[in-house]
Amino acid sequence: MPLQSLDIERRSATTTPPPSQRQTVEVAKLIDISKCIGCKACQSACMEWNDLRDSIGTNTGTYDNPRDLTENSWTVMKFFEVEPDGKLEWLIRKDGCMHCADPGCLKACPSPGAIVQYANGIVDFHEENCIGCGYCITGCPFNVPRISKKDGKAYKCTLCSDRVSVGLEPACIKTCPTGALVFGTKDDMIDHAEERIADLKERGYQQAGLYDPPGVDGTHVMYVLQHADKPELYGLPKDPHISPWVSVWKRVTKPLALASLGLAGLVAFFHYVKVGPNEVDEGEEDEKEHV
Amino acid sequence: MRKRDVIRRYDDAERINHWIVAITFILLALSGLALFHPSMFFLTNLFGGGTWTRILHPFIGLVMFIAFLALALRVWRANLLDKNDEQWLKQIRDVAANREDKLPEVGKYNAGQKVLFWVQAVCLILLLLTGIVIWQPYFTPAFNITVIRIAVVLHAFSAFILILGIIIHIYAGIWVKGSIRAMTRGWVTRAWARKHHPAWYREVARGEGMRER
Repeated sequence: MPLQSLDIERRSATTTPPPSQRQTVEVAKLIDISKCIGCKACQSACMEWNDLRDSIGTNTGTYDNPRDLTENSWTVMKFFEVEPDGKLEWLIRKDGCMHCADPGCLKACPSPGAIVQYANGIVDFHEENCIGCGYCITGCPFNVPRISKKDGKAYKCTLCSDRVSVGLEPACIKTCPTGALVFGTKDDMIDHAEERIADLKERGYQQAGLYDPPGVDGTHVMYVLQHADKPELYGLPKDPHISPWVSVWKRVTKPLALASLGLAGLVAFFHYVKVGPNEVDEGEEDEKEHV
Repeated sequence: MRKRDVIRRYDDAERINHWIVAITFILLALSGLALFHPSMFFLTNLFGGGTWTRILHPFIGLVMFIAFLALALRVWRANLLDKNDEQWLKQIRDVAANREDKLPEVGKYNAGQKVLFWVQAVCLILLLLTGIVIWQPYFTPAFNITVIRIAVVLHAFSAFILILGIIIHIYAGIWVKGSIRAMTRGWVTRAWARKHHPAWYREVARGEGMRER
């Protein structure tokens, strides 16, 4: 993906501010699950725009195809047959990167500039800087990045950062035939979601709501859910956040550990300066052997 | 130095084994620190870039583990702690102040060396186990994400303890004159042995005496 250096808000493994002077509005993709018919046009459009072709998989007895996200399938329709209120519902969710405002992948990444967050909120992988360590996977609360078996680099949805940067909407949005996918500024998308939620509530979905999880400071891919009280029905985590293992490891301990290693070296040096070497004196050298 | 004034401390195999561990440690510390903190990322240049660093690190790690295991099998018995060692550790202030005459008699290894040995052994086992869990692309996909997350933290933590231990180890070598020569050339003077490892020296001298008889 192109490196739009002026738009960068955050950059992986970088401790000084990236070039961030230029301000742009935050964008978001809104996925209205109540309008999705599961046609998979978004999956096709994603493959077409990004020049990706997944290998032919195996039928697992569901409509899911492929079964899960892969390095070639950055978005996948997931089908859930559930009975939340005693009646069968067929919930279809378009899975993919959520573009978190607090991106765990970016925080876990050890390679400078392999993951960036643009000022508009899009979290993008720059594969030329990726070293293939897989730390982004440990950081992600949504299980999204995939390591390529071909080149060992990590891949995921770019929110079509290349299209968005020239004023186009992402390919999946462009192709969606029902209007289940919409794209715009994050504020507009929240307003639009509220209208949709009011409509759903009128139609009996009392728990309808917006999925914009605060545990990751919100996301730039949001869902309108009929059952926002039970995101698990859609295979979504209820309260996603960066794993405490990852945040403790990356935030507090690393600078502390590095400082204490340096300190250990300094203490050793000053011990030498003050106490001096432990040498065998000439007197001891001459001593007769006393066995 | 007259031949009768020196005694052998480490034989050829022990020294070669030690230095294989040492060289692999340096390579691992540099490549590991490179991915540990952004301020150290420049170290990846020593290994041909970030991707090469990621590829090489685990293989070098395997070599270090095997080499350390070989060394450990040679020396673990001499590193078992006893009552004297407890006393030695209590008097760590005397140790740091070069007041060796006040310390209990030291055998082939002092309590500091022994503790270091066991700490390194535990760290290396942890590093091997967690290292396998986070070894991309071969093994990681086989593990649960929580296990991987814990493994990454434990790997960094045990590496930190290991490096800290080695900083002390290297400094001790610089501080106690004659130690580096013991590990490069293999011998120490009798006076050195008497001063730093009297119990060991007595044992060696007794052995010599029996041979002469």
